[in-house]
Amino acid sequence: MNSKLRIIYNGIVTDNPTFVLLLGMCPTLGTTSSAINGMSMGLATMGVLICSNMAISAIKNFVPAKVRIPAYIVVIATFVTMLQMLMQAYLPSLYETLGIFIPLIVVNCILLGRAEAFASKHSVLDSGLDGIGIGLGFTIALTLLGAIRELIGTGRIFDTIIFPETFGSLVFVLAPGAFIALGFMIAIFNYFKNR
Amino acid sequence: MSKNKSSIATMVLSLGAITAIAAALLAWVNDVTKTPIEEARNAKKVTAIQDVTPAFTNDPIADADSIIPEGEDRTVVVFPAFEDGILTGAAVETYSMDGFSGEIALMVGFDAAGSITGYTVLSHAETPGLGAKMNEWFRDNEGKRSVIGSNPAVRNMNVAKDPGGEVDGITAATITSRAFLQAIRRAHSAFNQYCETKSHNNNEQ
Repeated sequence: MNSKLRIIYNGIVTDNPTFVLLLGMCPTLGTTSSAINGMSMGLATMGVLICSNMAISAIKNFVPAKVRIPAYIVVIATFVTMLQMLMQAYLPSLYETLGIFIPLIVVNCILLGRAEAFASKHSVLDSGLDGIGIGLGFTIALTLLGAIRELIGTGRIFDTIIFPETFGSLVFVLAPGAFIALGFMIAIFNYFKNR
Repeated sequence: MSKNKSSIATMVLSLGAITAIAAALLAWVNDVTKTPIEEARNAKKVTAIQDVTPAFTNDPIADADSIIPEGEDRTVVVFPAFEDGILTGAAVETYSMDGFSGEIALMVGFDAAGSITGYTVLSHAETPGLGAKMNEWFRDNEGKRSVIGSNPAVRNMNVAKDPGGEVDGITAATITSRAFLQAIRRAHSAFNQYCETKSHNNNEQ
């Protein structure tokens, strides 16, 4: 496989942030009460991740090793705050649903983890591709988890009715259902990965 | 990794440069998004007011009045609707702190006689699937659910479970229902108070 494609593939499958690295559990469990929320959160994180990965890769030769973590956090926080302001201005309803989880992207381990493990050692282009791969992996995982919880909980996927709500099991929309669904999904993912 | 040595000078310089660039970027984005954010907030309020009140020709946000309901300490905002100078009703931005989790904020519309013309839930943190149903439940025509068209001065705005109550609460979400109806009663008393002060002022002039 082409080395650039390999980076993206690694992000989605081999190093999937949710199913393999188990990073960023807080937004994973908190925002996936529906497919659309999970997908929006994944895309928001992906946007920040691509920008922060590329910026950090660009400054990696210039930042002294001892202050690299604060420098990375400033870079990440800047992009998150910009995203937050832009969402408030142009996507207010989405901003309201995701609420507190947008500013919390700053402390999402995926971003700092990728900055330290990948962006600080690779070129700007590769870091951007890693951002796309990991971001897509995260988005796919969150969308799937959101869709499963929404389906079992309310009988809908992306607000399209599959079966009547009365047959839904409410616990899947609430926090415990997030843990249960995520546990089963990790098990299934690993079963297919290890075959 | 880095080709720069970690001396005080390089550390201060590099962190200083990064924070300076970050500050400049944020200042610029803040400047660009300031007006759209303000507009988005106002637009939400205006649509909420239009949804719940009778037709109006004035600017309810400009004519808004803050009212402190009797015996309480927090203000409730009344957005009056005038058509050609005559009060046709109002939208009241009300709240309840007694919900299942956190504050429930509502926009409730009244006609001039005090009957409810509509409502929208502005923000809440109630349980999804249970309390969160309040935006549909209390306009549903089934049983005694709907509060639309009723006047809180005539109909007892309490859940049917409570003594004297005449509204069906949400199944399995009685706490939310009580809080919702409390917010409605609060809006109604604020609206009444608003009408009283208005007619009082008019008599003096």
